[in-house]
Amino acid sequence: MSVNPAIQGRVFPAVPPYLVGREKVREFARAVFATNPINFDPEAARAAGHSDVVAPPTFAVVVQEATLAQLLAEPDAGIDFTRVVHGDQRFSYSRPIVAGDELTATLTVASVKSLGGHSMVTAESVVVDATGAHVVTATSTLVVRGDE
Amino acid sequence: MTSISIPALDGLTVGDIVAESSFPLTRDSLVRYAGASGDFNPIHYRDDVAEAVGLPGVLAHGMLTMGLAIQPVVDWAGDPARVVDYQVRFTRPVPVDPDLGAVVTVVAKVGALDAEAGIARIDLTVTFNSVTVLGKAQARVSLV
Repeated sequence: MSVNPAIQGRVFPAVPPYLVGREKVREFARAVFATNPINFDPEAARAAGHSDVVAPPTFAVVVQEATLAQLLAEPDAGIDFTRVVHGDQRFSYSRPIVAGDELTATLTVASVKSLGGHSMVTAESVVVDATGAHVVTATSTLVVRGDE
Repeated sequence: MTSISIPALDGLTVGDIVAESSFPLTRDSLVRYAGASGDFNPIHYRDDVAEAVGLPGVLAHGMLTMGLAIQPVVDWAGDPARVVDYQVRFTRPVPVDPDLGAVVTVVAKVGALDAEAGIARIDLTVTFNSVTVLGKAQARVSLV
C-alpha cells in the first residue's frame, strides 16, 4: 500500500475545540524543561502583557495531534502509521497560546511527494481561537517508508 | 516585580552565540513528556517494542528534543511569546539509555537579522554524543 496522491489538497473537518488549561500548560512546560516564569506564573504572565500563562512554543502539537490522527485514519489515504517517521515540524504563530484559549484546528494536506520509494506528506493544521482569529499554523512533514 | 529586558536587535551580529545549554534526559523525562503531550508511542518507553522495530533502544520523542531545544532561546528573549516561528528537521534519533540517560546540547546563534520586521533568526545546533540530531533548526524571535 502506498500513499494516495489524490489526498493532496484535501481539507479535513475541524476537530472539536481544545480548551487550554493552566495546569496543562504548566505540565507541558515542565516536560520540555521550560523555566521561564511566564510559562508558570499568571502574575509574571500578566506583567508581560498576557492574559494568563503562555504555552511553550511547541505546545501547539497537543492541539494539532487530533488532526494528524484524522489524517492517519483516513481510509483512502494509504498511510500505514507503522511506516511513518516524523520528518519536519514547524509552528508559525500570529499570537501566543495562553491558558483559557479555546482552539479549533483544521488540517489540509498541503502536498504529497514521492522521493526514492518513500512518500512525503505535508500536513498543515491551522489553529484558530474562539473568535475565529488565527493563532498558529502547525505544519508536519511525515515520511512514509515504501515497501522494502 | 522584575521587569523583563528585551535583547536589543541592533546590538546583535550574525554569528553571535546568544545561548547555550545542556539537557540531561532520563527515561523519566520521556515518560513525563509522553503524559504531557499525549504521545504514547511505546518506542519511547519500551525497549522490547523499540528493538522489535529495529531501533537501537528507547528513543526520545523528536518533539521533546524540539521542545527543549528552544528553551535557552526563550530564556534569552525573556518571554516565550517572542518565539513567533520555529521549525526543525528530525535528522537523527536520540537513544536514551536506562542507566546513563542521554545529554542533549544546544547552541543558539544569530543566523540572520531583519531590522525592519524586528526579527532575529536564531539558528540552533542540537547535538547528542557530538552528532547533530536536528537539521535546519531555526526560530524567528520578535524583539520589538
